[in-house]
Amino acid sequence: MRVGVITFPGTLDDVDAERAVRYAGGEAVQLWHADHDLKGVDAVIVPGGFSYGDYLRCGAIARFAPVMQEVVDAAKKGMPVLGICNGFQILCEAHLLPGALIRNHKLHFVCRDQWLKVENNSTAWTTRYDRGAEILVPLKSGEGGYQADQSTLDELEGEGRVVFRYVGDNPNGSRNNIAGITSANGRVVGLMPHPEHAIDALTGPTDDGLGMFLSLVDSVVKA
Amino acid sequence: MARVVVDVMPKPEILDPQGQAVANALPRLGFDGITSVRQGKHFELEVADDVDDATLAKIAETFLANPVIEDWVVRRVEA
Repeated sequence: MRVGVITFPGTLDDVDAERAVRYAGGEAVQLWHADHDLKGVDAVIVPGGFSYGDYLRCGAIARFAPVMQEVVDAAKKGMPVLGICNGFQILCEAHLLPGALIRNHKLHFVCRDQWLKVENNSTAWTTRYDRGAEILVPLKSGEGGYQADQSTLDELEGEGRVVFRYVGDNPNGSRNNIAGITSANGRVVGLMPHPEHAIDALTGPTDDGLGMFLSLVDSVVKA
Repeated sequence: MARVVVDVMPKPEILDPQGQAVANALPRLGFDGITSVRQGKHFELEVADDVDDATLAKIAETFLANPVIEDWVVRRVEA
């Protein structure tokens, strides 16, 4: 299966995302922000970094990039989309996921290995995990505080759409300790931590993140 | 040409860590009596005369502000 990884000006983690796709047995396809072209991929990853310098708001300018118009259209037809860190911010700005990410509550950039609890293992990106499993992956962000109004939070919680929750101290002031959420159809997932940096114990704290990419390959093979 | 000002502020119910940090610094600097600070953004746009209010509102709503977390106000000011 072919998985597109978008590169914006200021993207940092596209190379690791492509590597994670290959580790999981998929073919990584580079997508460019300025192209109206998804190159026929089966899924898209919007990786981390500082797209367009994070000017205005994180993800606010990237959301209007030509390639994102294509991603929004494809996501609405059910294509699996994963947004990591800056990618999560972009998916929120693009209204593929509800809510927004704001400055960490203590204002510090947080860079550490972070335990997460898997709350939903039925999305296109999380079927390889056991529900309730705890995984350790890097978190590195300055604007990772998840915010949404109470009715949106109630909807996410009621529908089981919180995918990952921070374990232990809340690192960034996210409401309900939310680290990642999914769309109503479970195809679009966004999270602040970085599973693509934890796919091999040689180069990351664990290989706990690889399950997200294996889950995706499973989902497309089954579909 | 007209000058248009767009002010964008975090919604009252949204945590504003930057404003809080400013508020917390003021007593340390010897400025007493300030009970709260909210930090937002101020945009000044030079706008052609044929740009209508609906277009300006759309710019503010869809781009300059994120209505999930921010409120916005558009004003035309004398240049």
